[in-house]
Amino acid sequence: MAYLELNNIYKTYGEGDGSTEVLSNINLTMDEGEFVAIVGFTGSGKTTLVNLINGLLQPTSGEVLFKGKPVTDTSHERGVIFQNYSLLPWLTVGQNIYMAVKEAFPKESKADLMKRVKEYVAMVSLSPAINKRPKELSGGMRQRVAVARALAMNPEMIIMDEPLGALDALTRGNLQDEILNIWSQDKRTALLITNDVDEGIYMADRIIPLKPGPNATLGPEFKIDIERPRDKTAMNDNPVYKKTRNAIIEYLMDIGEERKTVSNVEYKLPELTPKSFVA
Amino acid sequence: MEQEMVLKNEKSMSASFKQLLLKLTPSVKKDGIIKSMKNAGITLLSILLFIGLWHMGSKALYNKEADYKVEKALQERGEEAAAAERACIESGDSSCQPNTLPSPTQVWASLKSLVADHQVIKADKAAFAEKLSATNEKLIAQGKDPIVYTGRASFIDIVLTSIKTVFAGFLLALLIAVPIGIIIGLSPSLRSAFNWFIQVFKPVSPVVWYLLVFMIVKTLYIGDSSDNAFVISFISVGLCAMWATLVNTAMGVSSVDKDYINVAKVLKLGTFQKVFKVILPSSLPLIFTGLRITLSVAWMVLIAIELLAQSQGLGLFVWEEFQNGANDSNSKIIVAMFVIGIIGFLLDRLMLTVQNMVSFNKNEMA
Repeated sequence: MAYLELNNIYKTYGEGDGSTEVLSNINLTMDEGEFVAIVGFTGSGKTTLVNLINGLLQPTSGEVLFKGKPVTDTSHERGVIFQNYSLLPWLTVGQNIYMAVKEAFPKESKADLMKRVKEYVAMVSLSPAINKRPKELSGGMRQRVAVARALAMNPEMIIMDEPLGALDALTRGNLQDEILNIWSQDKRTALLITNDVDEGIYMADRIIPLKPGPNATLGPEFKIDIERPRDKTAMNDNPVYKKTRNAIIEYLMDIGEERKTVSNVEYKLPELTPKSFVA
Repeated sequence: MEQEMVLKNEKSMSASFKQLLLKLTPSVKKDGIIKSMKNAGITLLSILLFIGLWHMGSKALYNKEADYKVEKALQERGEEAAAAERACIESGDSSCQPNTLPSPTQVWASLKSLVADHQVIKADKAAFAEKLSATNEKLIAQGKDPIVYTGRASFIDIVLTSIKTVFAGFLLALLIAVPIGIIIGLSPSLRSAFNWFIQVFKPVSPVVWYLLVFMIVKTLYIGDSSDNAFVISFISVGLCAMWATLVNTAMGVSSVDKDYINVAKVLKLGTFQKVFKVILPSSLPLIFTGLRITLSVAWMVLIAIELLAQSQGLGLFVWEEFQNGANDSNSKIIVAMFVIGIIGFLLDRLMLTVQNMVSFNKNEMA
């Protein structure tokens, strides 16, 4: 039995004539411990797909099965890292994470919970900033807090919705390594949504492109057969990497071309000559 | 030319007002003593300019009325009477002074006399208390009500009564508007159920609120001879001023950032936790903006309501002085006007400070 299963998912927003079908016929299966990346253009319905999996949205038709059971609501088993961090600005780093662990482990004592908070803050190396508010942190630090918050709840699966999209290239690279490092420790199942093909190849076991919406659907999958731990610089010369990368980019370019509809209508312009007001 | 002058004055006045605001804002950063001294200088200058203009204006009005009085005496009673009238006005005799916009010096004198009056009344009260302390102790021992001072209230007492009324009204508004605002903000169906109510009652004038409260409180206090003016006025002030808080709270609660709601859902927070840990903190800035408006509205409508309710506050003071028509009545009214303005300004600053203390996004505040 697959760990996560998406069967013939359709998602429509609105009703009647004004409705738009964002996702059509999405099928996906993931095994336990697998790292899958979904790559797609902006506006192709990636966030909708993520929200269907984490339970914030319900599909119009089709079903999402998590460990064989349909997903009807959010769950502590599936941790989510949001695109825009979504930290509560009035709480400090520690309080933000404490709030999450308190919900996830309601039976633990306050001291135990605090221990967990400290442990995860240390894991993303933010211990000196534990009493700071999100506003005082840089974008990369904020995202690290979001990662710590998601992981502190000890989820079985971790869903990342363009987690590094808003960061600069250097911070991005560091955080990719950090996430991979954390993931490799206990091999949680991970789903990464991204618009960066290189990020997907570097991090995931499989890459699946999402054809742009409306009516977005998943394209053919690409397996990444590069051994872990992967080395960013060495990977650039790896023939498998180059081949996969080119194949994915070519595929994305092709569907990008398809998306552009060429207008064949010729407009006939009236023949006009300017009127002279002088004579 | 003259118009240009006025424009210039207005400009410098508004600039200095801004400076004053900035200076009184706690979060302002001072870059150097020189700059703040310069600001203080500009403020002082504009105050002096204002007093100067006021002085000139009141003098012009004084002369106009004095000339009219003399002219009238001349036409009705002949030359001799006119000369007597002029001499009377010039001598400063209070019986024939023109009764117009008072000059700054008159207002200052009135302020001093009001303060002196307060001292007299205070001494009076102390003497009264001393004289009756033995009797009152006996009365209390017998289980009867002690005799209290029922003499005239001093200006300071009046100001304190007004402040007390405003705070009682503000507290009432807070206790009614914030919980209701949260409830209707959380539930769209309750929001539509309450919407007509808010839209209809929001624009009702303070006078009508007073009458409504009077109808109800009068019946509730029926048979009770105690003075209910304070109760009526603070309830009217509260009801009149609470709408800004109600609307702002409902709006703040209903428009919480979708991201925060998603976080609450993903963390699987309970309803109680969701409301108190996510929704309320994120709507605090809007709630406080509403409370600030409520406090300033409360202070504004207070005057009209105290006047109607015959509550011993600034509103009644102003009205009684106007009806009184004594020689220094006009300047007492101006004193009250300044006191009202300054207290209103201080109350607003107080709210802003509290708002800055409790809100998380300090930079987005005014």
